Amino acid sequence: MHPAYHLQLINLLAALLLLISFAMLAQRRVAGLITLFAWQGTALAASTALVAWSTGQHHLYYSAAITLTLKVIAMPWYFYRIVKKLDVNRVVEPMINIPTTMLIGIVLVIFSFNLALPISEMSGTVMRSTLGIALATVLLAFLMMITRTKAIPQVIGFLAMENGLFFAATSATYGMPLVVELGVALDVLVAVFVLGIFIFQIRETFDSLDLKHMEKLKER
Amino acid sequence: MTSTGVLLQLAQTLLAILLAPILMGWVNQCRAWLQGRSAPPLTQPYRTLRKLFHKDAVIAHHASPLFRFAPYMIFACMALAAGIVPTLANDLPFSPAADVIALVGIFALARVFLALAAMDIGTAFGSLGARREMLVSFLAEPALLMVFFTASLISHSTELPVIVETLALRQFAIYPSLAFAAVAFWMVSVAENARIPVDNPGTHLELTMIHEAMILEYSARHLALIEWAVALKLFTYSALGIALFLPWGIAPQGNPGALPLALAAMILKLLIGGAALALIETVSAKLRLFRVPEFLATAFLLAVLGMLIHFLLEA
Repeated sequence: MHPAYHLQLINLLAALLLLISFAMLAQRRVAGLITLFAWQGTALAASTALVAWSTGQHHLYYSAAITLTLKVIAMPWYFYRIVKKLDVNRVVEPMINIPTTMLIGIVLVIFSFNLALPISEMSGTVMRSTLGIALATVLLAFLMMITRTKAIPQVIGFLAMENGLFFAATSATYGMPLVVELGVALDVLVAVFVLGIFIFQIRETFDSLDLKHMEKLKER
Repeated sequence: MTSTGVLLQLAQTLLAILLAPILMGWVNQCRAWLQGRSAPPLTQPYRTLRKLFHKDAVIAHHASPLFRFAPYMIFACMALAAGIVPTLANDLPFSPAADVIALVGIFALARVFLALAAMDIGTAFGSLGARREMLVSFLAEPALLMVFFTASLISHSTELPVIVETLALRQFAIYPSLAFAAVAFWMVSVAENARIPVDNPGTHLELTMIHEAMILEYSARHLALIEWAVALKLFTYSALGIALFLPWGIAPQGNPGALPLALAAMILKLLIGGAALALIETVSAKLRLFRVPEFLATAFLLAVLGMLIHFLLEA
């Protein structure tokens, strides 16, 4: 394949990543959110593998494999199990209505594209222009964490943010060293399990997964 | 302006006007097959039109001249739009008459007349339909403009012939921005053409109908003209989609030899596009009216994202 096509495919996957972030902002159901999160992981793994192939950075293959196993298979499966066990797959309206959230999202995208422009000029990678998309993915995930009140969407927002950071690292410097990446992957995995236990505990204590209950310090 | 150019322009416009009901019939046929019904014949829209043209018109006592005039206006707008969009040959003598922004204006003009005529009689249904139509269209229009801007940014012009030429003759490349714009364009054209999931062209249920509510008072030749204009609008939107996103095969200027191939390519693309529309209509459910703004906000978002991504990745 011609190298220009590699770059175009990576750009396309980056655009897809951004699109999935917006889809996550608009998704009302938890199960749909988990599916979208799995798709985001798939796009991330595919783009990482493509970068590895086109630049010959072999350690990126391992990162792609870790992403695929953890974020596409293991975590979505774990979340599906929680959702099934707790029976929380209902339509939940976010705090700000969805068209408004989307408009805020567009503003965030413009902001991060502008912010990333000077940084990406300093970077020497072939796909440095996607840095803006990575930053936008991080900010959109952050926005999702802000507008959701339930526990599971917030955890997914946190993980989507990690996806964005991972993509930023790949696009700016061809990824972090493998040791760091392994450490982050392990951290995220542990965090997900701890948060999973938390979710069960929140449910036990408050009989709901709405985090608003946790804003009160005293019990009733 | 050459005489062949004028002839070609006439032929293209007439072809669009004549083929539009067949496209409608094809979509209906595909829908019937997909839903397991026995399909009406391909020429059914023509028969309906003929039947309507032979009837005597019944017009409300309170109708103003605007009510009689509106169908002709709407049909003329759609015929004009069909003449401007390149379906067979590119860069015809008529196409400098309007660029993409003016084209949106022509569609808006037709819509304004339809809404005014619906309100003219003063029935509850008419004004209900007109209001809903305005709600849908004021959200769809910016999205449509954004789609056009994305294509214009790539080709550095808002003239349709230039856009088509740049996109058709360029070296093959994946444009993520165009992919986004294509999805947005599909969503907008679904809304503008009153198809599922925004509106159901087959229903007369008061809770859901938008377009049908507006034309309830029309009969005979007026109704026939409006139905024909609706078919023409679908045809024009399909041709626009083809011109923007699949422009290969449209005959370039001054090359009449490419016309047979262009005709074959156009028919093939329309057949596939119509089948795809029927498939999407069959698998999706109609949205609640208050979910429609969200649907169109998504279209706007996609179009804007396409534009931003063009600046980031392709500039």
